[in-house]
Amino acid sequence: MTEVTYRDALNEALAAELEADQDVVLIGEDVAAAGGVFKVTDGLLDRFGPERVRDTPISEQAIVGTVLGAAVTGLRPVAEVMFADFAGVCFDQIANQLPKYRYMTGGQVSVPVTLRLVNGASTGFGAQHSQAVENWFLGLPGLKICVPGTPADAYGLLRTAIRDDNPVLLFEHKALYMRKGPLDPGETVPLGRADVVRAGEDVTVVATQLMRERALQAADRLAEEGIRLEVIDPRSLVPFDLETVVRSVEKTANLLVVEEGPGSGGWGSTLVARIAEEAFEMLDAPPRLICTDETPTPFAAELEEAWLPSADAIVGGVRDLELVAA
Amino acid sequence: MTTKAASESTEPTLGTDEQRALFARMVEIRSFEEAVQRMFAKGLVRGTTHLCQGQEAVAVGACAALREGDTMTCTYRGHGAVLAMGAPLDRAFGEILGRAGGLCNGKGGSMHLTDVSVGALGSFAIVGAHLPISVGAAFTAQQRGSGAVSVTFFGDGSTNIGTFHEAMNLAAVWRLPVIFLCENNLYGEYSPLATTTPVADLTIRASSYDMAASRVDGNDVIAVWEAVAAAAARARKGEGPTFIEALTYRFVGHSRSDPASYRPDGELDQWKKRDPIALFAERLIESGVADADEVAALRAGAEQSVAEAEERALSWPPPDLQSRLEDVYA
Repeated sequence: MTEVTYRDALNEALAAELEADQDVVLIGEDVAAAGGVFKVTDGLLDRFGPERVRDTPISEQAIVGTVLGAAVTGLRPVAEVMFADFAGVCFDQIANQLPKYRYMTGGQVSVPVTLRLVNGASTGFGAQHSQAVENWFLGLPGLKICVPGTPADAYGLLRTAIRDDNPVLLFEHKALYMRKGPLDPGETVPLGRADVVRAGEDVTVVATQLMRERALQAADRLAEEGIRLEVIDPRSLVPFDLETVVRSVEKTANLLVVEEGPGSGGWGSTLVARIAEEAFEMLDAPPRLICTDETPTPFAAELEEAWLPSADAIVGGVRDLELVAA
Repeated sequence: MTTKAASESTEPTLGTDEQRALFARMVEIRSFEEAVQRMFAKGLVRGTTHLCQGQEAVAVGACAALREGDTMTCTYRGHGAVLAMGAPLDRAFGEILGRAGGLCNGKGGSMHLTDVSVGALGSFAIVGAHLPISVGAAFTAQQRGSGAVSVTFFGDGSTNIGTFHEAMNLAAVWRLPVIFLCENNLYGEYSPLATTTPVADLTIRASSYDMAASRVDGNDVIAVWEAVAAAAARARKGEGPTFIEALTYRFVGHSRSDPASYRPDGELDQWKKRDPIALFAERLIESGVADADEVAALRAGAEQSVAEAEERALSWPPPDLQSRLEDVYA
């Protein structure tokens, strides 16, 4: 077990799959010679050569369409979307082509495409380079969605995504790239299995990526007062491990979901609704969703931080739940 | 089918049997489209359908220049191209009718006819979306050194959408074995080309990608075949993509809700004098490939095949309701 950064874990996962399968190729803007603008793909061009690790023009529609066409003819391609916000540029390919191809052809093809999209706020990139956009794709049956929050999950989910015969969107949170954590090379993570990151009896907190980190900070602080949070990281939003959340709520009788992004139409409000449907009678208090303001991401450091749910806000949310429940 | 064995000699030619097969295929497509038009009028076809009468020579000439392992993508006006690749008539009818035996088991419909087993990777209903997908198929071919080429059919209207330019650019930069086959039928949906496009000669569009380009009579099946065969030979040698503009004409409106009343008086009549099937029939007779009786027999045989296929497809049941939950994974 070694300690690696989230970024290096992704790099190792790409290298491992490029090594294991000649059909794996990697394309994207500046992924080859430059090693990626976030250096996730650093060194892969030298190791695997310019045929398999290719720079593309700034052409997101061509990038996604090309990996789709390559996938249905036998390759197992990975494409980087340099900032997840740019999914807006190639929305047709992601929304109308990728998820529908296999279904619409009556199963004539499989579509082993992995898109890596660089997600999330707190790094001062402004409103068009800071969104956590996974919610854009929730209403599109036919896309699997991964949101790793640790180096080990980034590594394990990316390897699983590449081996999957269906399209997977893997969102890498840019604020986490330099976070370190343990990694057991070779250890993959299945999709659809949540991680109970911290066990607790009092309140179930579900969070991903940067919000997972903040939920754990809140858990540390509340533990000093004897309030025990159970922090669950779903790790993949599609498929979603509802069972683990339901089992936790059976124990805690309280649910708090923390989401980076506006609350309307997101996975957090979907989860709250599903728990209300499936486990209503188990709840001591109405389930809560803590999310960002319903605005674009502001630029200035103070504004952006105020926009994001903080550990303080999570602590406050838990206190509110406890008050209602008491 | 034998017509797919394109010669790679410097002056490719089509043999007698191949030319007859091309003729039969063109008649099949015409007859197929007329049958779909009748079915639509009877309320047997849901939604809408986009027919290609008048454009048969482009699909048939181009696909005849391909060989096994090559791939094709096309638009929602794609019945002709998918049939030209060799998809079975009855299963194509079945898909348009939404029947269990359809090419896509009734999950695609008229705009999404697909038969991967013959290299017909798909018909795409978003204008231009399939061009980068053919680029991807060509990427696979280049990566594997398979020698396969990928043809993508699209209309003149597609040359104004972003994916056209992104796909052309990427194919040129990576020297991919793609043939961009523009069917210029003079109208993008309801709008005449001149009202939407500042160039009348669409090969100009290829020049900014430093891409080989040619313009052919799209109603001359042999001219189309020659142009595509030359482009395929170049692509197989690693010389990169080609843009081909085939000048043709749509005998019917854009979709079934379009009576095409925007066309100037007499334009349709002028083009009908250049009906690609009639032109090819004359040529077969003049060049001695077939006499008039043989041409008539080929025509009758093709029409008979279509009629039988239509009857079979109409007898098929609707899809099993549980099949809607198949081919899903997320």
